Amino acid sequence: MRRTALLSVLVPVGVLALTVLAWHLVVTLGDVETYDLPAPALVVETLFRDWSILGPALWVTLKLTFTALALAVVGGVALAVLMAQSRWIALALYPYAVILQVTPVVALAPIIVTRIPDTQTALLVLAFVVAFFPILTNTAQGLRSVDHNLRDWFDLNGAGRLRRLWHLEAPSALPYFLTGLRIAGGIALIAAVVAEFAAGSSGAGSGLAFRLFEAQYRLNTPRVFAALLLLAITGVAIFALTSLLSAWALRNWHESAVPRDR
Amino acid sequence: MTAGGAIRAAAIVRLTSVAKTFANGVRALDGVDLSIAPGEFVSLLGPSGCGKSTILRLVAGLSSPSAGAVTLGGSPEEAARIRREIGFVFQEPTLMPWATVAANVGMALKLRHVPHREVQDRVAEALALVGLDSFAKAYPRQLSGGMKMRVSIARALVARPKLLLLDEPFAALDEITRFRLNDDLVRLWHEFRWTVLFVTHSVFESVYLSSRVLVMSPRPGRVVRDMAIPDAGRSEAWRMSPEYNALAREVSLALHAAMAEAA
Ligand SMILES: Nc1ncnc2c1ncn2[C@@H]1O[C@H](COP(=O)(O)OP(=O)(O)OP(=O)(O)O)[C@@H](O)[C@H]1O
Ligand SMILES: [Mg+2]
Repeated sequence: MRRTALLSVLVPVGVLALTVLAWHLVVTLGDVETYDLPAPALVVETLFRDWSILGPALWVTLKLTFTALALAVVGGVALAVLMAQSRWIALALYPYAVILQVTPVVALAPIIVTRIPDTQTALLVLAFVVAFFPILTNTAQGLRSVDHNLRDWFDLNGAGRLRRLWHLEAPSALPYFLTGLRIAGGIALIAAVVAEFAAGSSGAGSGLAFRLFEAQYRLNTPRVFAALLLLAITGVAIFALTSLLSAWALRNWHESAVPRDR
Repeated sequence: MTAGGAIRAAAIVRLTSVAKTFANGVRALDGVDLSIAPGEFVSLLGPSGCGKSTILRLVAGLSSPSAGAVTLGGSPEEAARIRREIGFVFQEPTLMPWATVAANVGMALKLRHVPHREVQDRVAEALALVGLDSFAKAYPRQLSGGMKMRVSIARALVARPKLLLLDEPFAALDEITRFRLNDDLVRLWHEFRWTVLFVTHSVFESVYLSSRVLVMSPRPGRVVRDMAIPDAGRSEAWRMSPEYNALAREVSLALHAAMAEAA
C-alpha cells in the first residue's frame, strides 16, 4: 500500500521532470531562438525578474476569478433552490440560463464592456455568467435527485418545506453542487482570461491576460511563457482546491470520497 | 371478510374495493377489501409482487388508489391525526447516507419538534432496543444489511407511533435476532397498544405475531383469506406447540391455494 502511495507521487513528478528536461534539451541542443521557445530556466528567471509586473496582474486575475466564482455559487444555488420550489418557476427561468450559457463570452464581451463603464465590473459580469451555469444545473439536478422513499418518509414525518430543504434536499444535492463547483472553478479562470482579452483592458488594473497579450506584442516571449506558467499554476491550484474541498465535504459518506474496501 | 360489523364501524384502517394500476399499466391490486380495528396486529402474507408494499403505501397516503377508497379512522380530522402518528418501515432501509445512525433515528423526533435533550435520550433508548447502541456514531455505509434494517425499525419506533406499517422488517435478519425482535415487537405492541400492519413472507412469523393473518392472491392482489389467530400468550413453548404448528399449516395451505387458484 505504502509503495503504491509513494509511486502515485513519484510517477507524475518524474514524468514532469522528464518533460522539462526534454524542453531544456530541445532549446539548448536544437539551437532554438528565444523568441520562438525560451528555455525553462529562462521562463522561471523571467517570472522572478518581472514579478513587479506579473505579481499584481496575478492578483487582479485571482480576485476576478474568485469573486466571480463566489457570486456564481450564491446566484446559482439560490436560483436552483428557487427552481426546485415549483416546476413553473423552473420552466420560466431555465431558458434564460441556457441562452446565457450557450452564448460565447467573446461575443458577449463587447456588448457588456461598452455598457458597463468600469472594466473590472464588466469582466466580473462576464466571468460570473460563465461560472454560474454549471453550478445552477448541477445543483438543480441534485435537488431533484432525492431518493423518493426518503422524500416519502419526510412527508410522513410532517416535514415542512424548509426542513425538507435543509435536512434532505441540501445534503442530497451536495455532491452534485460540488461537481458543479469543480467545473465552475476551472472555467471561471478561463472566462476571466478570455473576457480580458476580448475587453482589451489596460493600465494599472490589468490582469494576467493583458500582460500576456502585451508581452506577445512586444515579442517578449519569455514573459509570455512566464504569464502562461502562472495561469497554468493558478488553474491547477483551483482544481486541487475544489477537489480537496469536495473530498473533505463528502468524506464520511459519499462513494466518491470514501476508499473502497478490498 | 370475517371481520364483523362492529369492527368495521370502529376500523382505524379500511380499504374498500381498492384497485391500483400504475402509470406503466401494471395492475397491482384489484378489489382489495380489508379493515383493521385499533389494537390489532394484522399480517399480510402473499407471493412476491402481489401488491403488499403497494397496500402499505396506500394506507400511509403516499400513493392514491386508482379506484375504491382508503380511509383512516371515522372522520377527516381523525384521518389527519392518525396519519401524523404512522411509523413506516420501508422494505429497503431508506436511511440518509450522510447522517450517522443516531442522527437518522433522531430525525423522526427533530421533525416533530421534540426538544434536543429528549431526542438524545429517546434515540439511545430506541437504539438499545434494536441492539445498536454501540453503533450510534456509525454511518449507514458502515453497517450490514440487517443492521441498516434495525436502524430503520428504531427510527419508526422512536416517535411512538399509533399505527405501525412494517414491510418485511426482519427479512434480512438471522433467526436468533429475528426471534428476539419478534418478541420485543409483541411486548411493545402489548405495552403501547399499537395497531400494526405487518408484511412478511414467513408463515411462521405471521402466525406467531399476529392477531389476524390476511392471505393475498398473486397479482392483481386481493385478500383471499382472513384468519384470526387466538392469543395463546406468545412464548417459546407456544412456538413449539402442536396448535401453533397446526395454524401455521393452515395458513401455509391457504397461501398455496391462493397461488394455485391463480395459476
Ligand atoms: N412505482 C411502480 N411503478 C410501476 N409498477 C409498480 C410500481 N411499484 C410496484 N409496481 C408493481 O406492482 C406490483 C406489486 O408491487 P409491490 O411492491 O406492492 O409487491 P410486493 O407484494 O410488495 O412484493 P414483494 O413481496 O416482492 O416485496 C409489482 O408487480 C410491481 O411490478
Ligand atoms: Mg414489497
